[in-house]
Amino acid sequence: MRFSDEFRDPEKAHALARAIAALATPLAETRRRPLQIMEVCGGHTHTIFRFGLKAMLPESAVEFVHGPGCPVCVLPMGRVDDALSIARNPAVIFATFGDAMRVPGSHGNLLQAKADGADVRMVYSPLDALAIARANASREVVFFALGFETTMPSTALTILQAQRERIQNFSLFCNHITIVPTMRAILDCKDLALDGFLGPGHVSMVIGNRPYDFIAQRYRRPVVVAGFEPLDLLQSLWMVIKQIAEGRCEVENQYTRIVPEAGNAQALAAVNEVFELREFFEWRGLGSIEESGVRMRAKYAAYDAEVKFSVPNLRIADPQACQCAEVLKGMIKPKQCRVFGKECTPERPLGALMVSSEGACAAYYQYGRVPIKEPPALAAWPPP
Amino acid sequence: MSATITMAHGGGGRAMRALIEGVLLPAFHNPWLATLEDQARLPLAELAAHGDRLAFTTDSYVVTPLEFPGADIGKLAVCGTINDLAVSGARPLFLSCGLVIEEGLALSELTRIANSMGRAAREVGAQIVTGDTKVVERGAADRLFINTSGIGVVPAALDIAATRAQPGDAVIVSGKLGDHGIAILIARNELALAADVQSDCESLYGLIVAMRAACSDIHCLRDATRGGAATVLNEFAASSGVCIRLREASIPLRDSVRGACELLGLDPLYLANEGKLLAIVPGDCADAVVHAMRAHPTGRDAAIVGEVCAAPAGLVILSTTIGGDRVVDMLTGDQLPRIC
Repeated sequence: MRFSDEFRDPEKAHALARAIAALATPLAETRRRPLQIMEVCGGHTHTIFRFGLKAMLPESAVEFVHGPGCPVCVLPMGRVDDALSIARNPAVIFATFGDAMRVPGSHGNLLQAKADGADVRMVYSPLDALAIARANASREVVFFALGFETTMPSTALTILQAQRERIQNFSLFCNHITIVPTMRAILDCKDLALDGFLGPGHVSMVIGNRPYDFIAQRYRRPVVVAGFEPLDLLQSLWMVIKQIAEGRCEVENQYTRIVPEAGNAQALAAVNEVFELREFFEWRGLGSIEESGVRMRAKYAAYDAEVKFSVPNLRIADPQACQCAEVLKGMIKPKQCRVFGKECTPERPLGALMVSSEGACAAYYQYGRVPIKEPPALAAWPPP
Repeated sequence: MSATITMAHGGGGRAMRALIEGVLLPAFHNPWLATLEDQARLPLAELAAHGDRLAFTTDSYVVTPLEFPGADIGKLAVCGTINDLAVSGARPLFLSCGLVIEEGLALSELTRIANSMGRAAREVGAQIVTGDTKVVERGAADRLFINTSGIGVVPAALDIAATRAQPGDAVIVSGKLGDHGIAILIARNELALAADVQSDCESLYGLIVAMRAACSDIHCLRDATRGGAATVLNEFAASSGVCIRLREASIPLRDSVRGACELLGLDPLYLANEGKLLAIVPGDCADAVVHAMRAHPTGRDAAIVGEVCAAPAGLVILSTTIGGDRVVDMLTGDQLPRIC
């Protein structure tokens, strides 16, 4: 398949893995611990597990630390409760991305609300939700807006489209979040053991590379904005480690085929038109982070579900047993959390990171909880 | 008869009689059904001629839309039950058909579906010999639900079971995975995706006969329906206490299915199939089995996709296209498309 198979070439992957091992091994020996590189984005976590990249790299030299970039995972319980309260309103058709259906609030999730009679519909884009609103003029359609800067422009453009068409039965329950303040919050942790970052490729397609400059300049950590195919990730990892080896701290762009240096001006303009920063936003596992979420501007209040519907708007503390924050900061591995695989499983997630397939704990649980020995020779299969 | 099904068609009176005689009897036509007794009476001697054990199975079918590219709910209901019988090595012989119809269903649609059921049964020499029809009020069912049960006969001494996979065995898949799952997603019109993918809904009986001719000791055989190939292989690994190692690069997939999966964040190993099987056979007859499968129209794309090892027991491990390894686990609930 074109545009993906080129980035999955096994020979190139192994050559990169060897180059990474050669660079990282002496650095790890000096530090007496593996280099810890955080992939910020949940999509990266997914690729690492789906293609088994961890097993290609020497454990003693490099470790992936799985970052906070899974927007579904970090949605706090209070916001899910608010979503459930809107969805249970009989006048409402509640439209959501699929993987948000399983995220637990304090009392159940959207799948259960649907089973109980709420009209919850899975959509693939906010424009699909707007189409539902057009087709159901007598109902209120609420779109569960989630995600980082990657999905923000499409939500903003949908609102502008709704306004142009004077559609009045459509609104957003806005939970969009921004990645940069959260990276800063992680960098400010005193026990931090991170050596560098794989920057979020799709967020950067919108915001560009410059917002990460402070990480290199102030916190002295290298950042490489990375694509999502296996070779993208391996090449980016090599670039981060090369910076460490050469004593450099810069923001580099591996994903040049998608990410323009200054981002996408039109997308940013739409986002700025519709959204403004909230003073604080609550993250599951990380707590409240300054200026880490957006809300709709007052002039778009007619499309704001938080204005149209009364929601409980309660803060609900994360379960105490969860150690999501420590996992997110790279202080422990998912398997070291006291509830991992016991009270907290993908069937009944307690913590943020077990919620979506992009969450570090869910990925560990699904793909990595059993040590896989070296594969036996498969060379005989298939026969010629 | 009116152009749509009404409550009267389930009432047991003239309208129901007309439905049975006008639609179902002609569609299924066979001497057992034609007597219109309350039960079909099956000749034991004929059953015994085929083997020494009865295989008996039941399944209910619900799908939206009722008709989709490549098949319809009727063909699905017959092939599904035939395949559940056939993977034991049994010859499928007699089927029942229970219809739960929502009032308002077009008679023409029901007729097409019934004809499709009859055709699918006859193609493997099976007969639909007994049935039941209920009509429910609008909203009480989603247009049409079908239950089919089936009886087949297992040849003497044949022992195909999920517990029989052994180290050294080969894992075979009968063709391209995921076509049915993606065809249904596209037919529901929920995706702004266009791709020419047809459901693979098909009887596997003929293919299994050809496989048995090539290898008299097939260890495990199962059709990969809901939960896909990954679920079946996990069942084999758990029941047999072995490890199944797959090679991603050998798994046959249509480009359009791969593309749709990439876009939606779905894993083709978990997509539903309705005419694909997974087999575990002794390593030394794997080539002969695949050769025989490829010579049959249902198995043209058959391939060896991996092998059975001793450890780690109970796991399915995939060697990925780029040379990494990962565990292929059972699924938690349905696959949900990812946000970005």
